[in-house]
Amino acid sequence: MLSIKNLHARINGKEILKGLDLEVKPGEIHAIMGPNGSGKSTLAAVLTGRDLFEVTAGEIIYKGKNLFDLSPEDRAREGMFLSFQYPVEIPGVSMVNFMRIALNEKRKYLGLEPFSSAAFLKYMREMSELVEIDTKLTNRSVNEGFSGGEKKKNEIFQMAILQPMLSILDETDSGLDIDALRVVANGVNKLKNKDNAFIVITHYQRLLDYIVPDKVHILYNGKIVKTAGKELALELEEKGYEWIKNSVM
Amino acid sequence: MTLTEKYCDIFSSLLKNSDNGILSRHRMEALGKFREIGIPTHENENYKYSDFTKVLEGKYDFIQKQEKFNADLNQYWQCSVPDMDTRVILFSNGWFYKNNDVVTDLPAGLIICSLKEAAEKHAALFEKHYNRYISQNDGFAYMNTMFANDGVFIYVPENMHVKNTIQLVNLTHGFSERFVMQRNLIVMGNNSRMRLMICDHTLNKADNMVNNVTESFLGKQSSLEVYSIQNEPDRSAVIKSLFFHQSTGSKLINLAFSLHGGMLRNNVSVTLAEENADTNLYGLFLNDREQHVDNFTSVDHAAPGCTSNQLYKGILDEDAHGAFQGKVLVRKDSQKTVAYQSNKNICLTPSAKMRTKPQLEIYADDVKCSHGATVGQLDDAALFYLRSRGIGVKEARLMLMYAFADDIVRQIPVLPLKEQISGLVNSRLRGEFSDCNHCLLNCSRH
Repeated sequence: MLSIKNLHARINGKEILKGLDLEVKPGEIHAIMGPNGSGKSTLAAVLTGRDLFEVTAGEIIYKGKNLFDLSPEDRAREGMFLSFQYPVEIPGVSMVNFMRIALNEKRKYLGLEPFSSAAFLKYMREMSELVEIDTKLTNRSVNEGFSGGEKKKNEIFQMAILQPMLSILDETDSGLDIDALRVVANGVNKLKNKDNAFIVITHYQRLLDYIVPDKVHILYNGKIVKTAGKELALELEEKGYEWIKNSVM
Repeated sequence: MTLTEKYCDIFSSLLKNSDNGILSRHRMEALGKFREIGIPTHENENYKYSDFTKVLEGKYDFIQKQEKFNADLNQYWQCSVPDMDTRVILFSNGWFYKNNDVVTDLPAGLIICSLKEAAEKHAALFEKHYNRYISQNDGFAYMNTMFANDGVFIYVPENMHVKNTIQLVNLTHGFSERFVMQRNLIVMGNNSRMRLMICDHTLNKADNMVNNVTESFLGKQSSLEVYSIQNEPDRSAVIKSLFFHQSTGSKLINLAFSLHGGMLRNNVSVTLAEENADTNLYGLFLNDREQHVDNFTSVDHAAPGCTSNQLYKGILDEDAHGAFQGKVLVRKDSQKTVAYQSNKNICLTPSAKMRTKPQLEIYADDVKCSHGATVGQLDDAALFYLRSRGIGVKEARLMLMYAFADDIVRQIPVLPLKEQISGLVNSRLRGEFSDCNHCLLNCSRH
């Protein structure tokens, strides 16, 4: 589904990703762990097309297409989804309107009939029950006045509505209490199937108690320096990032 | 010959010998003042950003009597707000249109008639309020007093709550360049209520000039809501001045939507003359091409315990220019004043320009006042967030602009009107002609 080869990217002239490789297949959950500043969020931003970053080398093939040929909106319509580390508040844009337009633009792109307002509201209600998000939140402006936990739950709710093929969760666990963490993890577990894939970017092992990865990668200094099964996360938790730093030096 | 002299001469030739009783006396007094202070130019601090000198040099027809209008305007006018029971009053180049049938079945005591008629039939009431509330230092207001022949007079008696929304539709039309000066007077009795909608439309393709004045007196505990929609062609030059005088406990909501306009200047002046009066001024302007909109507000806190709240927002595209000047004066004895002012603007292109100038003069010490002004672009992070969900960049920009404008639209407490204006703003932002639904006038189609 996703193949990243020798990816280099920089921001304001500073190189952040320095030859990153990653292969993701349908049905897989990949965890990417790493210390602060290792390039985790840069990877998420480059994948989804944030133009603050400049790709200087390498390639990304997504569903057989050169990802760099696709605009951010077309990447989303092709099934890519980013759960933001810092979801943006947009006063004046209602959640209902936002999601209805987003879903219908995607359906149009895929050659499907748009949802009617009534059908969409019904679908939205079903999804809010699936991911256990309070409908009070879905009646408000996008993220406006939401608590940190509510914003992250709202990301998972949007994921449920858009039914992406490849979801990238960028530090979705940061700042979450244990209950919100469970809601987020349950959402992911309910949505995962043999056809879709997840990249879970996290600093801590905690989230991986709930979302069990097939592979754990350690990103350090712009490169994947270690890849193994889920036990790697536990080892990392125990030994700390110093262990990685020392072992790659 | 100066421009001021030119207009004094025009006045002399047109109106000097006309005898309208009350109106005539005020004309002569205004002429003196006008001669003294003259037409404001950019050298006048209040008109710094809007200099009408060039437009005023043009040659215009002053319409001295009601013109024959072939078509029945009432038939044309279908711009009503769905589900809203409005009473429509038409004005033809500033004149109260003679076929207005609104005046026939009004509740007892409510007066809606032409200004001319009011000056004769309701002389005592008229004299008590006419020309009492205009600004003492605005040459354009004096000019209006000199030239205006007609307009509307509305008197809402004590304790009356006018059920229907009164909709004033100002039509500028004709085959030549018109100079329209309409004068309206609204008197709200104690504890009365009224909702007013004012729509400005131009039907011809000429370079018209408009200089309208509306004076409103709000009696004790009365409530007045005024919603204005300006949808003028690029070649129009419009000065619109609203003067409000508020008594104890009265409440005002004034909301102006400027959807299109060549050169627009909106003056709103409020005198909070007695205690506990409350005033709310809102404005939304959406400009593109080389359009110019200047909103000037002046709130005089002349009594203690009054509140004023101002929110003006603008979106400027292409080479549009905008200006906001907001004066708030809190006099020495106006303790417990609450005065807020905010002006936020988005410039979509590097050549769009916005000038904003808050001016607060506070002489009392126990007050709560704040002001804020911003000029910026659409939020990049928000734009990316929308795009990352599959929303195209064009649609995403529209959503953000609409959300920005909605801050003003949602201040409208009447649902059908809110929906109507929301639709207008939406289609305006989409670059569609924002003619009101079903309207055959096609005001903005030229």
